[in-house]
Amino acid sequence: MKQRAVPYILAAPAVILLMTFGIFPILVAAVVSFTDLDVVGLADMSKVAFVGFDNYANLFHDPDFWKALANTGLFVVFGVPAIVICSLGVALALNSSNGRFMKVLRSFYFVPAITGIVAISLVWGYLYNAQFGLFNWILTSLGADPLPWLSDPALAKFSVALVAIWRGTGLNIIIFLAALQGIPQEYREAAAIDGAGRWRTTVSIVIPLLRFALFFVTVTTMIAWLQFFDEPFVLTDGGPLGATTSASIFLYKHGIRLNQFGYASAGSLILLAVIAAVTVLQLRVKGKDDDV
Amino acid sequence: MMTSEKTGAPHSRRWARDAQRSGHSARRAARGLRVMIAVALTLGALTTAFPLIWMLLGSVKTQREAIAYPPLLVSQQPTFEYFARLFTELDFTRYLINTVIVVLIGGVGLIFMAMAGYAFAKFEFKGKNILFFCVLATLMIPVQVTMIPTYLILNGLNLTNTLVGIALPTLVSGFGIFLFRQFMSTIPTAMLEAARLDGASEFRIAWQIVLPMSKPILAVQAVLTFISGWNSFLWPLIIASEQKYYTLSVGLSLLNKQLATNPSLKMAAASVMVLPILVVFAICQRHIVQGFTMSGLK
Repeated sequence: MKQRAVPYILAAPAVILLMTFGIFPILVAAVVSFTDLDVVGLADMSKVAFVGFDNYANLFHDPDFWKALANTGLFVVFGVPAIVICSLGVALALNSSNGRFMKVLRSFYFVPAITGIVAISLVWGYLYNAQFGLFNWILTSLGADPLPWLSDPALAKFSVALVAIWRGTGLNIIIFLAALQGIPQEYREAAAIDGAGRWRTTVSIVIPLLRFALFFVTVTTMIAWLQFFDEPFVLTDGGPLGATTSASIFLYKHGIRLNQFGYASAGSLILLAVIAAVTVLQLRVKGKDDDV
Repeated sequence: MMTSEKTGAPHSRRWARDAQRSGHSARRAARGLRVMIAVALTLGALTTAFPLIWMLLGSVKTQREAIAYPPLLVSQQPTFEYFARLFTELDFTRYLINTVIVVLIGGVGLIFMAMAGYAFAKFEFKGKNILFFCVLATLMIPVQVTMIPTYLILNGLNLTNTLVGIALPTLVSGFGIFLFRQFMSTIPTAMLEAARLDGASEFRIAWQIVLPMSKPILAVQAVLTFISGWNSFLWPLIIASEQKYYTLSVGLSLLNKQLATNPSLKMAAASVMVLPILVVFAICQRHIVQGFTMSGLK
């Protein structure tokens, strides 16, 4: 009898915590999204009214919400290829030799991935500074005009994304390197005997063999961009003129700053649906690809 | 697959002939390429590390030097004044203590995850599969979806503006449990059974057999838990509205908004946050890389 309780006792604390903060919140969000819960309602539950699909309808007519979704879409469309290509390129180069030197270099590429985002954003904010920032000094010394890195709507998108790319590549380099080291040396030797050059070997043999790592990195990177929050939050607070307001920043502003819990919950469920749809779609594409 | 039909003997013969003719220049070209790759990688590595170097250089500049134009590379009169000001004039001592406490609470989560991983790896019990499926399902759920309801739940539990409240939402991760389970599955069951036959208690088995054998995964997870706890930003931001519960990351973002034109102070504050991570990285690089290789993301 006692014996049988052991696994339950072992698993209980972690499982209960995961249920409370991982799964239960979705149910809460679903219920709250049909109400007008705000600060007043939080203090006095009797003031909370059921509003049906109003929150969803309002979101649908909210230009800011669409803009946030469009911004997020842009970040995904440009950010995913940027991170995947950069990290794959660096990983292939790092893998080209097995010397000590490469191992040292590897850690340089990896460090940004583990540094705290707020600290990093302060540093980049300093580099981007319009008056005394290093980047504008480099531009003017090269004879170019200084740029309003964070105050021009279009450029600000690029500036916040660049920080995320800088931070996002290190981890993926590690994943690609691990996958590269799993490729048997015989494959490369066979290709070399067949007269394939380095470039040809890489394109026709190595990259196809990385298919699983590529898929994994693409999916996780895409999910990360769909959740893009920290960099624009600290660098621009979603500005200028909402140009860097991602879906997550939109939800944070409405949910936490303006305490529109119902409205933000409805938005977060839409975001969940989008992320789920994108993931399923990718799994489908991957499935087809495997049949070939 | 695509290349299998191309592995024909004529090709290798041709390769041998070509190799004889052009072996020397090919080898030289290969060496040139290697050097080029090494140079490009070195430049890339320096560019990647540069913002961090700039941060450290900036942290010891005087305020006048930090806003000088053209920018100074290295301070002429290096000073630790701004580090001192963080801990005397500003509340960074409090933020630092809070951050350390949040990290320590994360250690409890580590134990919970190890326990659950052990249960899923080495015990058969009713509901095991469905529970494990739920654990994995939490991996798919983005934090922005749980952000507002979790705030409401913690508010309902009266845990907003507490350090426990800050640590709770990320205390255990589905991925951590999964990794522990994967690793502990490799512990031979026969060993545990033998100990049971000898009359060892479950606690003793866990403590004297399972725990020592799980040291590698514990090390990896401990380092990752430290890094994510130290850097965590979203939950402290949401859960702590009173300044005395701020962690370093939230204190830093406040500093960013309040003081527009004192880069030295900001760089000093950023260094306080980043340097411990760099030290941990230097010491435990192998564990960290291993952990990230296993986990992919997190």
